[in-house]
Order: sequence, then structure tokens, then C-alpha cells
Amino acid sequence: MNSLIVSSSPHIYSKESISRIMLDVVLALIPAAVAAVYFFGGRVAIIIAVSVLAAVGTEAVVQKLMKKPVTIRDWSAVVTGILLAFNLPQAVPLWLPIVGSVIAIALVKQAFGGLGHNFMNPALAARAILLAAWPVHMTAWFKAGADAVSTATPLAILKGIEGSLDQLPSLWEIFIGSPWGCIGETSNLALLVGAVYLLYRRVINWRIPFAFIGTVAFLTWLIGPQGLFTGNGIYHIFSGGLILGAFFMATDYSSSPVTPIGQIIMGIGCGILTSIIRIYGGYPEGVSYSILLMNIATPLIDRYTMPRIYGEVKPGV
Amino acid sequence: MLTFKGGVHAPHRKQDTRNKAVEYMQAPKMVSIPLQQHIGVACQPLVKAGDAVKLGQKIGEARGFVGAPVHASVSGVVKAIKQVPHPSMGSGLAVIIENDGKDEFDDSIKPGDIGSMDAEQLKELILEAGIVGMGGAAFPTHVKLSPPKDKSIDTVILNGAECEPYLTADHRLMLEASHDVVDGLKVIMKVLGVERAYIAIEDNKPDAVQVMADAVKSVQGVEVKRLKTKYPQGAEKQLIYVVTGRQVPSGGLPMDVGVIVCNVGTSAAIARAIKTGMPLIERIVTVTGSGVAEPKNLMVRIGTSFMDAIQACGGFVGQPAKVISGGPMMGIGQYSLDVPVIKGTSGIVVLTREEAEVPEAEPCIRCAKCVEACPMRLVPLLISAYALKEDYDNSEKFHAMDCIECGCCSYTCPAKRPLVQSIRVAKRMITARRRRAAR
Repeated sequence: MNSLIVSSSPHIYSKESISRIMLDVVLALIPAAVAAVYFFGGRVAIIIAVSVLAAVGTEAVVQKLMKKPVTIRDWSAVVTGILLAFNLPQAVPLWLPIVGSVIAIALVKQAFGGLGHNFMNPALAARAILLAAWPVHMTAWFKAGADAVSTATPLAILKGIEGSLDQLPSLWEIFIGSPWGCIGETSNLALLVGAVYLLYRRVINWRIPFAFIGTVAFLTWLIGPQGLFTGNGIYHIFSGGLILGAFFMATDYSSSPVTPIGQIIMGIGCGILTSIIRIYGGYPEGVSYSILLMNIATPLIDRYTMPRIYGEVKPGV
Repeated sequence: MLTFKGGVHAPHRKQDTRNKAVEYMQAPKMVSIPLQQHIGVACQPLVKAGDAVKLGQKIGEARGFVGAPVHASVSGVVKAIKQVPHPSMGSGLAVIIENDGKDEFDDSIKPGDIGSMDAEQLKELILEAGIVGMGGAAFPTHVKLSPPKDKSIDTVILNGAECEPYLTADHRLMLEASHDVVDGLKVIMKVLGVERAYIAIEDNKPDAVQVMADAVKSVQGVEVKRLKTKYPQGAEKQLIYVVTGRQVPSGGLPMDVGVIVCNVGTSAAIARAIKTGMPLIERIVTVTGSGVAEPKNLMVRIGTSFMDAIQACGGFVGQPAKVISGGPMMGIGQYSLDVPVIKGTSGIVVLTREEAEVPEAEPCIRCAKCVEACPMRLVPLLISAYALKEDYDNSEKFHAMDCIECGCCSYTCPAKRPLVQSIRVAKRMITARRRRAAR
């Protein structure tokens, strides 16, 4: 009987695991990937595949070099690879997702300690670096099809930077899906299918995405082009990368707060920054920078939003 | 439905024993009765090797206020008083008695009448009968029923939640001995001078809710509360909040909010001890798990070895990998099958190798599932991270001492991190440091 296992309670565990969570995220991203291929064409599938392979490969190589256990089976590098590809225009040269994945995994994730230790969303940080280094490639929006004309994104049109208002796609078009913007932003419907799955699987909770989207909808409606309460908040919800960012990027575990109130603050903060950039900034889209800025504020938010514990009153009061 | 924030939906796994009536296990040939079965100070032995003892005879006297005497659970001869494996303390001094099979009653055993006794007499009887909390912690009941004068108690809660997976001892007790539970509750209310009481039961035991509701129909001031089935619904602080809406202050006791919580098993033990005059010498133990051939609810003499109890349930299926005293969420893993059943042993759960494998920890991914699950609204990942770095100052600052060690955080953690395990270590270190500072 010397073989009895003795350990400290609890003696049973839930079936949840890191790899199952990451796999759920991958599954949740598939509808949007399929939609992207449908609207942009087969090249998108190659970009996603290259990005994922580069991310997983970088993770394996870096972990080998650092003499750490190789954890590529946990699916987390796959998630980063897909998300990076989702943040690229469909016309990028194929070396760009490779460079991006190396930056995301080697620099943003592994250099800071690997899974759970990255203080920024790896895919978004890599995107920011790519955008600064290769702005032309990163904003090469082409409407897919035989004529492949250069197009403006709806947000740029809305802001009056490029194009004219009559080029603006309808709300229905941008909801169902249309060949504008980054690869992952194509179909809000497909993204929402994945988002509902993640909520159902309790991989994410409502706090960050709902606070984020609600804040953007409210502020872009409040501060409209023709004065107060004239904005089109609903259109803003489905424009640009808001749905993708709110459900799949701002909810990144390691770079978002762990406290319930902190998560709401994270969402509202992202929403305020996104709205400010969209309304006042020199750049049509603000989702990724707003998330990155709030990522940096996360430790501070956690510190000041510790929950009031059960029984936190002075004894005898 | 009454519930609290947080907690986990652990699998119930009660189906193997929930419909099985309590079976009397024949008293074993040998019992070893630990002199410490409760929080507090170990008993002073009253017998020595070679002495003849009778059933119900006091063999260990409580030392100090926080203590409870222990009694012979068989008649026979004391073989030795020696260190034996102990289910919650590693090892401890125990009186080993060889059973003569006669079950001869001690002369002190006299049936009593609850109605004819006053509060002080009842409390004295509870002390003398060696009654302790039967839910697991085994706090001496007479101490619990003697709150300081400045605490005014207005509510008694009987805990019949039995939220630990596998265990059905309290469930069966409520079904089969509801009147003992209610009579014991009347004693508790009389001793405390309290007029309001609740019997709290999780709604995965609708039959028990029904039976208890019928049993208290004619009892003034007593109500059955049906609770949502969620672990740890039966944890004292959560139970008090759910039933009364009051929060026990951090570092305080239930009596600070006017509440005393007793397990339904404790209540029934009180009634039986007073009615029959027989002190606490036996209890219901759920012997179960996929490593047991015929899972049962057994009425077992205190001091019966786990091995004997498991044998009474058809023995093992295959090689046992883990044997737990209590339930799988808060119970204690045993290193020996020679450990005896004590007053606080609610279950013996045997797990197979597949179930018992301790998963390997991965890095924390900050998913915050432990934050959502903590019924005390702590941030387990943070306290644990500090504890693992041996930074106990910060563990304490983030309320390590408020952890009730329910294990929800570790249960739910996808990275299988030793959250409650490391917080537990921090609590021990902080307590030790406080003690040193007090000196």
C-alpha cells in the first residue's frame, strides 16, 4: 500500500486546460477566416497559413534556444498567428506576416517570459511595429476582383480622409461581410458567431467586449459630425476592427485585467481611446492602439480595482 | 433560488450511494481511538494497557475548555496506548481496544428525556457525550454552544447542504433520522435561547428537503431553506450569507453576526446522545469512489480502520491510487489505510489511478477563472504568486487569511496551478509568524 498518492486538496480538477481554451479561440476564429477567403479570395488562406506557421515555428525555435520546454502544442502560437494575419490587408507581400509573427512571438511574447507574461497583445504589438516600418504595405487596401482597384476603408470615407460618402458601403454590407479593411475585419457576422461561441464556452466574459463596444457606440453617436447626438454609433460598431478587437484582442488574458471591475474599466478605456482616435485623430482606425495603450495600463488597473472581499468590514461594526 | 457569488459546479458523483440506506457495519475486532479528534488540546487517557473497558466508557478526558472527551466504541480490553496514523494530523496517540464482541454497556449509560432538562444540563450532557462538529472540522460542540455573553445569537442554521461531491452521509441521515435532526436542533435552540432556526439543504436532495420540511412542520420558528446546488454552498460563511444575508466580518466568527451553524449530523448526534445516554461512539461514513467494490453509507464505530470499513464495502476494485478522508474538494489524502474513522470522518473516497493523477502545473495565463470562482472574492492567482515567491507580507496584504481553502480556484484553473495549496502554505506561515510576534 506504499503506492497511495498523497497530495493536498482538492483531489479532483475541472476538465479545462490551456490548450482547450486556445483551441476554442482558434475554432471561434474559423468562421471569420472562411468569410475572409470568400470575400478576398484564396490568397488570404495563404497569408493566414504563412503567419501561423511562422508563429509556431518561431515559438519552437525560441524555446529551443532558451532551453525551455517547447509548448507549441498549446495552440497559443496558432492563435497569435491567426490574429496577426487578421490584422493585415489582403495585398501584403508574404514576407510581411513572417516578419510580424517573429516580432509577435520572439519579441513581445517569449522575451517577456512566454505565455501569460506578455504585457501587450503580441499580434497587435507586431501590427503596430509593421505599420510603423512598412506603412505602404500595411495600408494597401485593394478591393478584390479582376479590376483590383485601390479602395478606401469605410472609416476613412466616413472621416473624409479618402473617397466620397457615396462610396460608403451600407450597414448591412459591412455587417454581413465585404472586401474592405483587414483580412479579419471582413465579416462582422462571422466574427460574432465566433464571439458567441467563446462566451458560451466561458473562454471570455461579457465585461471587456460589451464595455468596449458600448462605449464606442455611445461616444461616436454623442460626438457626431453635425454636433452632439448626430453620430452614427451603430455604423461605428461594425466598421473597422472593433468587433474583432473587442472580442478577440482586448480579451487577451495576459494583457488585460483579472479583476471584474478592472475588466469593465479596460473595456471603457479602450472605447474612449478608440472613439477619440476615430473622431479627432489623424488616423481613421483606433482599435489596435487603444487596446495596446490599455494593455500597458493593465497592472495599474488591477492594483486599484481589487474586489471588496466577503466580510471586508471592521469586526464589531 | 438561494445562492452566493462564485463557486464551481463540480460533478456530484453521489449516485452510487444516494439511494442506499445506512447499513450498520459490524464492529471490528480492533479499534484505535485517537485521543485527539477535534480542534483544541488532546485528551488525557483515563485507561491503560490491560484495562477492561465497556461500551460508551469514557477513556479520554478533555483537557481545557476547547476539548471533548473520547469514549470506548466497543467493549473489551485496552491493548495499548500508542502513536498511530491519524487521518488529519499525520499521527497521534490512540487507545487501542480489542473488541470482545459483547457490546456491554458502561454503567454510566442512562437514557434521558430532553424535555425535562434545562439548558445547562443539556450543555453538560453534550460535553460529556464528546460531541464535536460532524461536518469535518470537529470543533467541540459545547464550546460552540457557549458564546461569550456579549454576543447575542438570534439564529441557528443546521447545515445539510453536503456540497462536497461523493458524500451522502448527511443526505441519508436526513431521510432516515429526520426526527433526531429536529430534536437535536430543539436542544441547540434551547441551549442558546434562540427562537429562529433554518435547515439548509442543496436542491440536489429534493427528497431530503421534503422530509425535513415535513419534520419541522409543527416546530415553531424552524424553516427549511432550499439552496442552489453549487460548491461550496455548505461552507459556513457562504451558508450564513445565503440564508441570512449577513457577512461574517473578516477574521470574525459566525457568532459576530448572531449566527451559530451546526451540521445536521451534529444535531442528530446530540439528540441520540441525550435520548439513549450513549456518547458519540459511531457515525455515518460514506464509503465510495470508483475504487470501492460496493459503495455504501455505513454506520461505523469510531476507531474502525479505513481498511476495515472498505472491506465492509466489498474491498477495492483494482489497485487503489488515492484514499481521501472526507470529500474530494477539501478532504485529506491518506498515506495509510490503518487510519481510524474519527468523529469528523464524513466519507472515505477511493480514487483509481486515472482519477488520482495530480496534473502538471503550467504557467498562469491570467484567465481570471480563479477570481470568478473564489466565493470569498479574493484574487487567488495573485496571493498564490506571492506565496510561491515566499513573499508572505504581500500574500497577507491580499487577504490570504480570508481564504477558506474550499479549493474552487485550483479546481477551476486550466493551468492546474497549485493555487489553494500555495495559499494554504502562506496561511500557515502567516499564522506562525503572528504567534511568534505575540510572544
